[in-house]
Amino acid sequence: MTSALNPRFTFETFVVGAANRLAVTAGRTVAENPGSAYNPLFIYSGSGLGKTHVLMAIGHAAKAIAAQLNIEYLTLDEYVEAFHAAIAAGQGDAFRRRFQNVDVLLVDDVQFLTNRKEMQAELLRLTEALQQSGHQIVLASDRPPAEIADLDERLISRFSGGLVVDMGIPDYETRVAILRRKAEERGSKFQPGVLEAVAKVEYPNVRELMGALNRLIAFQAVNDTPINAEAASKVLGIPTSASPSVAPSSVASPSVASPDEFSQFLTDVTATVGKAVEAWRARVTEAVLRWEGEGYRTGRLEKLLEQDTPAAVDEAIAAYVQDVERLKALEAEVAVLDPQAAGEKVFRDPDDMDAAEAAAGKVRDGAAPPPAPSAAFPFDSYVAGPSNEVALNAARDVIGKPGKKYNPLVIVGKSGLGKTHLLNAIGLELAKKKNAIVACLSTQAFVDELIGAIDGNRVDWWRARFRRATALLLDDIHLLAGKERTQEELFNLFNQLVDADRQLIFTAPSHPNTLQGLEERIVSRLEGGLVVEIAEPDKELRRSVLERLLTQQRLPLEPALVDYLADRPIDSVRSLTGVVQRVVEAAAAQDAPVTAGLAREVLEGAPPPRRTTGLRTSGIVVSSAGGVRSREKMVWDWPAAGDRVIEDLR
Amino acid sequence: MSLVNFTTREITCKIVYYGPGRSGKTTNLHYVYGRVPETRRGRMVSLATQTDRTLFFDFLPIDLGQISGFSTRFQLYTVPGQVYYNATRRLVLQGADGVVFVGDSQARQLDENIESLQNLQSNLLEHGVDVRTMPLVMQYNKQDLPAELILTPADLDDALNFRSVPSFPADALHGKGVFETLKGISELVLKKLAAGSPAV
Repeated sequence: MTSALNPRFTFETFVVGAANRLAVTAGRTVAENPGSAYNPLFIYSGSGLGKTHVLMAIGHAAKAIAAQLNIEYLTLDEYVEAFHAAIAAGQGDAFRRRFQNVDVLLVDDVQFLTNRKEMQAELLRLTEALQQSGHQIVLASDRPPAEIADLDERLISRFSGGLVVDMGIPDYETRVAILRRKAEERGSKFQPGVLEAVAKVEYPNVRELMGALNRLIAFQAVNDTPINAEAASKVLGIPTSASPSVAPSSVASPSVASPDEFSQFLTDVTATVGKAVEAWRARVTEAVLRWEGEGYRTGRLEKLLEQDTPAAVDEAIAAYVQDVERLKALEAEVAVLDPQAAGEKVFRDPDDMDAAEAAAGKVRDGAAPPPAPSAAFPFDSYVAGPSNEVALNAARDVIGKPGKKYNPLVIVGKSGLGKTHLLNAIGLELAKKKNAIVACLSTQAFVDELIGAIDGNRVDWWRARFRRATALLLDDIHLLAGKERTQEELFNLFNQLVDADRQLIFTAPSHPNTLQGLEERIVSRLEGGLVVEIAEPDKELRRSVLERLLTQQRLPLEPALVDYLADRPIDSVRSLTGVVQRVVEAAAAQDAPVTAGLAREVLEGAPPPRRTTGLRTSGIVVSSAGGVRSREKMVWDWPAAGDRVIEDLR
Repeated sequence: MSLVNFTTREITCKIVYYGPGRSGKTTNLHYVYGRVPETRRGRMVSLATQTDRTLFFDFLPIDLGQISGFSTRFQLYTVPGQVYYNATRRLVLQGADGVVFVGDSQARQLDENIESLQNLQSNLLEHGVDVRTMPLVMQYNKQDLPAELILTPADLDDALNFRSVPSFPADALHGKGVFETLKGISELVLKKLAAGSPAV
């Protein structure tokens, strides 16, 4: 945003005279000890007496002494424009931070603070911040602070608190020195006395003096003959006693050329053309200001400015803007996935789009959503009953107010009672909410993912992935036992998510404080939420589950069958499912309808008729009537002692 | 015509001096011709009648050299002022980037001035150019004549310059106001150039 320091404006090229010695000395001192000598340094002088030159010279000198210094030169207008652009882009804070990090801030033309209350406030704030952090601020104006109309008293005192120096009109000797140096810089030689004649004129400022010199240089170039003092005076319109004004030559004698009018015209046209064809510069500068104000790197545009004749400036700007838009899109995308990564500066450098795309891609990969709940366990299919009523109510509360009511929710219960189903069901419901990212996975998978991340050296990525989750649901938390690293990661994750009101749900086979191998800090946190237990299914629940299972299998809901199966002493839904499966398979094998009789036969051991067809098989019988008897005896089916007594009695 | 050619890096300005007969258009060009160093100017083409009235047109090319990397050329044209050369005037006007209306300050010439101004407008319209978009300056020539014969620049502004374009009092014969006028029109033309999109 800031104008680059003009390399020609150094202390070495500045002609020091009595009128500006103090300002230059102060400037040099400030450059040598930025922030400690005079802060702020306020330089004022009439237009064209070298304020800008001194300002830039301070910048160059400071840079030469300490190259790492962050030096910014800008005019107040540029500052205002950048500020407005930043405000428009919603980056006011970034803008302020940027300027507060400047080691030497050079602000030109501060007289334009007149009637800009908000900018005065902003500049006051900036000055204070810079002074406090020991950073140098140098200001230049065409009048002393007290004479800037409507300037805030606090600013006046702040400016006056440093050093206020003025620069006057150079005296004759200085003028000659300036003219000689400038003529030399331009590679022009003048006859003795010419420059002195020019210096005799008390031009109100050095800029006009330069204008006079320019005319002489142009005149000499046109004529190809060295100009003498008298001619110089004539060219510049300096009245000399000896030369009467030149009468206009007659139309008929064009050979008597007096090219002064033409060279003046040429100078004017040059200036106008310069402005006109260099309009692209204005557009590029504008773009640079705008985007730098928004915090984007503008190296590419600045390179354009270095060229004399860039081709297709507007296209270049358009391409730049397009890249910035892309960066914005990437940043916005990344901000959703990983707010921290969005602040990275790759998203502010349109010159390296590949890096930005790569960074975004990385975040995107990292942001591959964590494992989602399984769609196989919809909430609706979860059968309610007295045995799981508490758990179900808690689940509903959690779904209604995730992260607010019970956090964490720990569902305990024996295997096969539907903990996993409930966990996934809650997960599915939570996932329906807007912008929800529900991580639902088994603890084993959680551990495996962490190991994979450690192996792939991307634990950060792994963490980020879960930190984004609006809910974390871990099945079988007891599997954490002995996994110290995972427990530590979970501990941190747990704290972060709870702090952010994200819902956590765990399942465990028993109450957390009975789980072995879990660190105390984890256990206490699990206990800190709500622990609900799912009991063994009661008859009513078993009946509901049976009806659902049979319906799923498209079997008739024969009351006798349902009654019979519901009365079976089965302690988990999973077992019940297994029983129904066996009956159904047996029925399929016999090609018979599923009836209570068949079920009884299958489950209580009446030998089913052997299959008559002599099928040649591999010998491995996966599931057939022949296996039924032994399956009945499998431990997971084994009736509880109490039930068995009843059964025996029956 | 393309004013700025970024490919060949040329700027060419065609400036037409317009006005009633005997208002001093050719005199303007002669004066400019006299001031431009020989190396910078082309041959001035002047097709005049035996009585020194412009029959066809005057043409003065001026090479301003390299300006900001552009080789810059001005082409100054005059039109024949006499009413019956309108076809020529229209032809010369074609592709003009700017027009200098050279008015005759003599009070008795006011009607001619007005007529010529109207003629300019209609000729521009025939080229599909709106006079309001065409860079235009007024020059009130012959201000060196006795005051009783002429109108003041303020009067002429009132009478002719209803568009409030820049106006310059001049004495083209002696060169007063000639370059000021040229500078004025150049600025307008070049500003229009800046306002356009030069990078296209």
